Amino acid sequence: MARGKAVEVYNVSKSFGTYQALDQVSFTIQENEFFTLLGPSGCGKTTLLRMIAGFESPSEGAILLDGQQIETLPPHRRRVNTVFQSYALFPHMTLAQNIAFGLENLGWDRRRRRDRVAEMLELVHMTPFAGRRPAQLSGGQRQRIALARALAPEPQVLLLDEPLSALDLKLRQAMRDELKSLQKKTGITFIFVTHDQEEALDMSDRICVLGQGRIQQIGTPSEIYEDPENRFVADFIGETNFLEAEVLELAGGMARIRTPFGLEITAPQKGLAGPGPATLSLRPEKIGMESQAEGHLLQGTVTGRNYMGGFTHYTVDVAGQSLRVSRRNALSHAEGHAPGQPVSLGFRADSVRVLAQ
Amino acid sequence: MRALTSFRLWGLAPAWVLMGLTLIVPVAIVAGVSLADRGPYGGFDWALNFGSYREILFTLGWTDELEFAPKYLVIIARTLGYGLVTTAICMALALPVAYVIANARAGWKPFLVYLVTLPFWVSMIVRVYAWLIILGNEGLAEKAWKFLGGGDVDTFLFTNGAMLTGMVYSYIPLMVLPVYAAIEKLDPALLEASHDLYGNRWVTLRRVILPLTWPGLSAGAILVFVPAIGTVLEPMLLGGGRQMMMGTLIQTQFGGGRNWPFGAAIAMVLMAMVVVVLLLNARRAAAATEART
Ligand SMILES: Nc1ncnc2c1ncn2[C@@H]1O[C@H](COP(=O)(O)OP(=O)(O)OP(=O)(O)O)[C@@H](O)[C@H]1O
Ligand SMILES: [Mg+2]
Repeated sequence: MARGKAVEVYNVSKSFGTYQALDQVSFTIQENEFFTLLGPSGCGKTTLLRMIAGFESPSEGAILLDGQQIETLPPHRRRVNTVFQSYALFPHMTLAQNIAFGLENLGWDRRRRRDRVAEMLELVHMTPFAGRRPAQLSGGQRQRIALARALAPEPQVLLLDEPLSALDLKLRQAMRDELKSLQKKTGITFIFVTHDQEEALDMSDRICVLGQGRIQQIGTPSEIYEDPENRFVADFIGETNFLEAEVLELAGGMARIRTPFGLEITAPQKGLAGPGPATLSLRPEKIGMESQAEGHLLQGTVTGRNYMGGFTHYTVDVAGQSLRVSRRNALSHAEGHAPGQPVSLGFRADSVRVLAQ
Repeated sequence: MRALTSFRLWGLAPAWVLMGLTLIVPVAIVAGVSLADRGPYGGFDWALNFGSYREILFTLGWTDELEFAPKYLVIIARTLGYGLVTTAICMALALPVAYVIANARAGWKPFLVYLVTLPFWVSMIVRVYAWLIILGNEGLAEKAWKFLGGGDVDTFLFTNGAMLTGMVYSYIPLMVLPVYAAIEKLDPALLEASHDLYGNRWVTLRRVILPLTWPGLSAGAILVFVPAIGTVLEPMLLGGGRQMMMGTLIQTQFGGGRNWPFGAAIAMVLMAMVVVVLLLNARRAAAATEART
């Protein structure tokens, strides 16, 4: 299915005084896409979102909404709505009035407004609360109303700035699924900001990883996790082991390398120019581990153990290198590997990613 | 519970005594005087005579019959009218001033607030006299007007406009401060939410800023309106005493008019009006709090 472009961002930079918050950012978001901006605190996610909403203007570059250039339009003339991190519900209005606010400003007649408000309340399961005020709601309920208020005017794009960060863990998980199904149901393009990688992996169609004001990588969740383009992405998304290695030979997308353990393997590579030093990334769950001293490629000793319930994270010393290994606890009360115990480790060559340094 | 009651009774005794001596006793005396007989050369003789209150609405005709005479009602109405206009102008001017202060850089805020309160450091009479110099014949205002190329104008001094100018000037700090406090508390994200939901500036002002700063605006309105309806100096000095207000009326009755009981009666009416305004406001505030929770 050919989809239109909902949002196009071209070479957008933003500086505050001498501080460069965003540097040459470009991406295109398709209609009906769940697009996530992910990055550490202070990397410019909110700034980017505020430029799309119209609360900040780019120092350089262009932003297009549905093919129209919008940098000079004030926020109230953009068919974009925001779910604010603090929700920003109007405290002096009832929930129904909050939801109707945007519709009134768009000049919807009373009857259409009433129907839409009822529909939105239904959508977020808040119909019985229509007459209440925001102060009388729990955090999760406020979040739903903020969502309903922003969805009511049928915006072309919905912007969400860490909408789940104020909720407790259980609620956050439930709201993830709800948000995702809402997005599919309404068919509205979502731009979702978070610094929680799990949230991003779970909900997004595509993720844009931002770091130090630049785009580090754009891709589907599995592309981002399995094929990180650089050290920053590999480090920020999930856990990984970085190993210094030497590239012997490049052949297409593959590189023949020598690992610090003396093994020579051929593994997928990203962004390498030629032979020389490189970094390997190896995810902890992709390493196999056995208690007997032999059987696998590498021999080591367990030095640390963190029990996480569903998983146990081990730290294993292999020839002076510390490796993190993660094991699923498939059996109840399984003993696992105690610190001090010798183990053997193994991994598939194609689980390793070779990254430029 | 008991302990609290007895504390209210005895622990606060000094406060009760102070309130009694400075507030209740003087008001009781004025109330008493308003019922007294008029003394021949000012002063009064204790009595129980409602004549002074009757005088507000009626005059005695040739044959001692009561004739309705609205001249004092007109003064009361005028006083209320100017009080309301002063309050409205103060509101309109204070909102942008308070908004600017609230949005100033953190380091500037205390200084700007200090500037607003600065006039209170100078005696009221001096400040009103300053307006005499500004607005008078060949005064600063006229000179500035001429300098900018304006033609001849009638003097602004001793007009109602001059009086209003003085009243607004005198009381506007009392409006700016509570409004500033209210705007300071306003979450900027709410203004952004309004713009985000297609509200232009006017919609945002009317539907978000005004309702949410209303507690500050109404507090400021009370603080301005109450002294404004009792004011004496501005109508006398800047208005040239051409139009009697309740404050000046009371003043003349105790002064040149030598009718203390009538002056006291007008003072009681003024106080009753203030009390009514305060009670209405308290009821509205209580209703508003109820609606919030
Ligand atoms: N109005 C401003 N004036 C000056 N600097 C600003 C302004 N707004 C943001 N910044 C700076 O720009 C950088 C990016 O800020 P931004 O709020 O976009 O980060 P973020 O990615 O949303 O972070 P977080 O995850 O903590 O919300 C930060 O270093 C911040 O200090
Ligand atoms: Mg942010």
